[in-house]
Amino acid sequence: MSRRRLAVVSAGLRVPSSTRLLADRIAEATSDELSRRGFEVDLGVVEVREHAHDVVNHLATGFPSESLQAALDLVAGADGLVAVTPIFNASYSGLFKSFFDVLGERTLVDRPVLIAATGGTVRHSLALEHALRPMFSYLRAAVVPTAVFAAPEDWGGGDAQGSLRRRIERAAGELAAEVARREPARPADPYALTATFEQLLSGEGTDQG
Amino acid sequence: MQFGIFTVGDVTPDPTNGRVPSERERIKAMVTIALKAEEVGLDVFATGEHHNPPFVPSSPTTMLGYIAARTSRLILSTATTLITTNDPVKIAEDYAMLQHLADGRVDLMLGRGNTGPVYPWFGQDIRNAIPLTFHNYDLLRRLWREDVVDWQGRFRTPLQSFTSTPRPLDGVPPFVWHGAIRSPEVAELAAYYGDGFFANHIFWPKEHTQRMVELYRTRFAHYGHGSPEQAIVGLGGQVFMRKNSQDAVREFRPYFDNAPVYGHGPSLEEFTARTPLTVGSPQQVIDRTLTFREYVGDYQRQLFLVDHAGLPLKTVLEQLDILGEEVVPVLRREFDALRPAHVPDAPTHASLKAARDAAAAGGSDPDARPAGGATAGVGNR
Repeated sequence: MSRRRLAVVSAGLRVPSSTRLLADRIAEATSDELSRRGFEVDLGVVEVREHAHDVVNHLATGFPSESLQAALDLVAGADGLVAVTPIFNASYSGLFKSFFDVLGERTLVDRPVLIAATGGTVRHSLALEHALRPMFSYLRAAVVPTAVFAAPEDWGGGDAQGSLRRRIERAAGELAAEVARREPARPADPYALTATFEQLLSGEGTDQG
Repeated sequence: MQFGIFTVGDVTPDPTNGRVPSERERIKAMVTIALKAEEVGLDVFATGEHHNPPFVPSSPTTMLGYIAARTSRLILSTATTLITTNDPVKIAEDYAMLQHLADGRVDLMLGRGNTGPVYPWFGQDIRNAIPLTFHNYDLLRRLWREDVVDWQGRFRTPLQSFTSTPRPLDGVPPFVWHGAIRSPEVAELAAYYGDGFFANHIFWPKEHTQRMVELYRTRFAHYGHGSPEQAIVGLGGQVFMRKNSQDAVREFRPYFDNAPVYGHGPSLEEFTARTPLTVGSPQQVIDRTLTFREYVGDYQRQLFLVDHAGLPLKTVLEQLDILGEEVVPVLRREFDALRPAHVPDAPTHASLKAARDAAAAGGSDPDARPAGGATAGVGNR
C-alpha cells in the first residue's frame, strides 16, 4: 500500500489549545479520507510553541537548532500540510508567521496545504483569506479552496458543531484529493548544484530574484 | 598546515564598559594584532573588506602593504575580498602590487560579503551576486595570466588591448581561496579552477560545513585536479581562552551576548554546541579544533576569529599569546601526524612558482583547467 506523509503545524499557545483541537480534527479527517483512498498515512505534528525560542534564534543567526531542524524537515518532507493558527490582531500569530519565515522559501512549492484558524469571534474568519492564503500563495503552495475557521460558537454543540464538522470534512476531502493525485514529495537538496559551470558563468543558470 | 587569524574589523562598543575605540585606534589595533600574529608564530593574517560603519577595513591592500613592510614571514590575505562589487581590474592590480611589496607573501579569499546594501553603492545588483562572482573571477584570472586582454562582458565596460599592471610577481598570480557560508555555487567555482575553498564555518552548524566541503572535494576531483582529499580546504574557527574554562566563559559571555551577527539570539552554550565556537581552556580549544578534520577531512588552513565584538586589544593580544604558545604548536604536531603524505600543503608563492617552473621544464601546465569546460576567452592564456 502506498504511503503518504501528513504534517500538522499548530501555533496555539495554551494547553489545551483550541487551535490544536481543530488541527487534530482536520488531521484525523484527512487521514480517514486518505485511508479510504487506499493510502497509509504517517502523521507528524509540529507544536510551534515548543520551538518558540529556536525560531527567534534562527531569525537572529540564520540556522536552526537540531530540534527545529527536525520540525522543518518534517514539514519539508510532508505530502500534505495542515497549518492552523490563532488569529491575533486580524492576522496569523507572529510565531506562526515566523515559523514559515524560517522554512526554506521553496519548500512548499506545489505542496497541498489546508489553512485553518481559531479566533475569539467569528468576525475574524476572513483573516484566513486575507492573511494566510496570500502567504501560502506567495510560497506557491497548492492551498485547497476550503479554509476552516472555528469560533467559540463552533465548539458549543448543536448546529454550529455540525457546521464545523461539515467544513472540516469538506476541506479534508479537498486536501486528501490533492495529496492523492501527486507523487510522494521529494524535498529539495539545498546542496545540489542546479546549473552547470557554463550556465553559472553566463548567468543563465541562476534563478535570482 | 597553516594557522592564522581573520578579522572583520568591526568597531563595536565594549559591552562591559561602553568604551568605543576610534577608527584610528581600531585600525592601529588591527595592525598590532597582525604583527603579534607573526611574533607568536602564526602563519596567516586575513582582513575583511567592508564599506560601511561600524567597520574600518575598506582598503585591505593599504593595510596589508603596511603590515608587509613590518613583517617578514606572515602570509597576508583577505576574508573576504568582494569579487561581486570590486572591479576585477582593480583587484588584479592591487593584489599584484601587494605581491611585489610583500615578496609574494600574499593570497586572497574571494567572497560576496554579508552586506546587501553594498551592491548599489558600487553600481551592482544583489540579485546578480552569483553571476557577478563567476564573471568577475573569469576576468580576474585572465588579467593575471594574459599580458594583453580583450574582454567583453555583462557587468563592466569592455577592455581592448588592456594590460593590468604590475604583472604578478614572477608571473605567478596569488593563490585564490573562495569563501562561502551557504552558496554551493561557490564550491563549484573553486572546484572548477582547482582553487582553495574556505568554509566560513563559524556561523553555521558543522553538518552544513561538512556538506559544503564534501561538495567542493567531489567537484575538485570531477574536474581532474586530484583526488577529493587533495583539494585545498580552509576553515574558520572562533575561540576565547583562559587557563580555567569557567574564567573564559565568565569573561567572554557579555561579548557573546552583545556580538554583531549572533548576539541577542541563542545562548553561549547553545551556540557553542551548534557551531565551532569554543570558549574554555587551551586544551579544550585543541580538542575541539582537532575534531574539525573528522568531518571535513585533512585540511590546509585554519583561521581563528579572536578580535571582534568589542574585545579590548590587550585581551586579544593575550589570546594570541595563548594560541601561539599553547594551542597552535600542539595542533600543528597533531594535524601533521594525522595527515597522509599525498595530501598537499596550502599553495604558497614559492610552491606555485616551483610547480610552474617544473611544469615548464616538463612541458605540462600545472594550472590547466579541465578539458571541455572552457568558455569564450577563458582558454587563451
